[in-house]
Amino acid sequence: MSAGVAVAQAQTATAQAKVHARLRGVTRVFEGKLSVHALGPLDLDLPRGEFFSVVGPSGCGKSTLMDLIAGLSPPTEGTVTFEDKPVAGEVPDGIGAVFQEDASFPWLTVRDNIAFGLRRAGVDPAETQRRVEYAIGFMGLREFATAYPAQLSGGMRQRVCIARTLVMQPRLILLDEPFGALDQQTRLLMGDELLRLWRETGATVMLITHALDEAAMLSDRVGVMSARPGRFIDVITTGWSRERDSNIVADPAFGVVTARLWSLLRGESLKAIGAKGA
Amino acid sequence: MSRQAAIGWTRVAVIVGSILLIEALCRLKIINPLTLIPPSEMAASLWELIVTGKVTDDIAQTFSTVAIAFVLSVVTGFILGAVIHALPRVRRAVDPLLASYYSIPFFVFYPLLIALFGLNTIPLIVIGFVFATAAMVISTLNGLDRVPRVLSKTTRVLRMSSSSSVLFVTLPAAAPYLFTGLKLALAYSFIGVIAGEFILSGGGLGYSIAYAYNNFDNQTMYALMMFVLVIATVMNGALHVFEQRMLRRRARA
Repeated sequence: MSAGVAVAQAQTATAQAKVHARLRGVTRVFEGKLSVHALGPLDLDLPRGEFFSVVGPSGCGKSTLMDLIAGLSPPTEGTVTFEDKPVAGEVPDGIGAVFQEDASFPWLTVRDNIAFGLRRAGVDPAETQRRVEYAIGFMGLREFATAYPAQLSGGMRQRVCIARTLVMQPRLILLDEPFGALDQQTRLLMGDELLRLWRETGATVMLITHALDEAAMLSDRVGVMSARPGRFIDVITTGWSRERDSNIVADPAFGVVTARLWSLLRGESLKAIGAKGA
Repeated sequence: MSRQAAIGWTRVAVIVGSILLIEALCRLKIINPLTLIPPSEMAASLWELIVTGKVTDDIAQTFSTVAIAFVLSVVTGFILGAVIHALPRVRRAVDPLLASYYSIPFFVFYPLLIALFGLNTIPLIVIGFVFATAAMVISTLNGLDRVPRVLSKTTRVLRMSSSSSVLFVTLPAAAPYLFTGLKLALAYSFIGVIAGEFILSGGGLGYSIAYAYNNFDNQTMYALMMFVLVIATVMNGALHVFEQRMLRRRARA
C-alpha cells in the first residue's frame, strides 16, 4: 500500500468517525388510501457535536425526518446510521428526543418525571439521584422539584422534558419544536439554556423549528427544506462561535443569515399553502 | 373557607336538611306512617337488625355477590376494552353496539339464567357482571383513546419494553378514565345484584326488602333500604373524593 493511499484511507476513516448520524437516499412514503410521499430522497451528515437545525414550510416532513433519525419510524428507502450502526426498528442507545407536545407525566412530580427514564433503565439509585439533582439545578427547577406538571407553566414543563432527556446522557439530542408553544421572550431564554446544555454535554443536537430566528441564533448549520416531499434545498453555515447566546440577535450578521433563510423558504412556503406565483 | 369546603358543607347541609324535613313530615303525620316511617325509626330499626345479627347472612350474601360480579366485570371489561382498542376494525363493528348496550332490558333474561344455573347466586353474579362489564369496556376505550401519542413516543425513546410502557405510562395516563369505569362498574354491579335479588332469590338484601314489603313489615323494609342507600352513598362518596384528588393533581394550571 502506498503512503498516499494510506493517508487517504486514514482521512476517510477520520471523516466517518466525525459523522455522528448519516442519512443516504432516505425517502418516506405513507401508504394508505391516499399514498403520501412525505420526504426525500435526501442525504445528510450530522457531524459529532454540531448544532444543526432544520427549517421548512408546514407539512414538509421535518418531524418525519426526526422520527426516521430517532428510529421511531422506518424509511421507505435509503439508510439511516447512528454512530456507524444502522437505525432499524427501535431507538438506538444514545439518542434522546424532546417533542413539541407536552410529554411530562402528570401523575409524577418534577423530580420523579426527571428520574423516570433512569429508574426504568435500572440505573443505580445513588447515580440516579446525582444525575437528577444536577439536571434539576441545571434547568432551574430546584424550587419546583416536588411540584406536579399541572402546577407549572408550559415553558417549565418543557424544561422538565429536557431535563428528563438530559439525565439519560444522550449523545444525539433531537428536538422537535420544543418551544413551539412558548412566547418569543421565553423562547429566547430557553434558547440560551439549550446552548448552555449543548456546550456542557458536548452532544450533537438537531433542532426542528418553524422559527427562522431561532434556527439562525442557535445553529452551526441550518438545513432548509422544500415543500413536500421535503428535501434539503440548501444548508447554511452560520459561522457563530461556540460561546454564542441570544445577544447574537443584535449582530448584523444574524440579520443576514435570517434574511438568507427567508429568501430560500419564501417560495417553498407559498407552495406549501398552495398560493399562486409560487 | 375554601370553595371546595363550602361545596362539601352545602352538600352535607342538603342531605341533613332533607332527612330532618322527612322526619318532621312523618312526626307531624303529614306523611302517613304506614307509607313512610321517620328516618330516626329507620336508623333504630337498622341498628337492631345489625346487632341481633338478623341480616348478617343477607348482607354477607349481597356483598360477596356484588364483589364477585364487580371484580369479574372490571377484569373482563378492561381486557375486552384493551383488545378492542388494539383492533380498529373490531372497534368500528362494536362501537354502535356498546353505545346502545344499556337500552337492553337485561332483567328479562333473569328467569332464563335461573333455568340455566338454578336458584343460587350464579344468576345474580351473571346479571351484575353483564350490567357492569360494558361500563368498564367503554371507560377503558375512552382512557386508552386519550393517552397522548407523545407519551408512547417518549416510552420508545426511553427504550422501554411494551409491558413496561403499559404498566408505567399507559395505565397511569388512562387512570382517571379507568377509575370512572371502576366507579360505574361498582354501581352497576350493586344495581344488578340487588335488583336480581328483588325479582327472584332465596336471600340477600334485595330479597329481604321484597320479603318485608310483602309482609307489610315497614320497619325492616325501610331499615334495609336505608342501609343500601347509606352504603351506596358512602362507597360512591369515597370514590368521588379519591377521583377528585387525582383529577386536581392532573388538572392543567
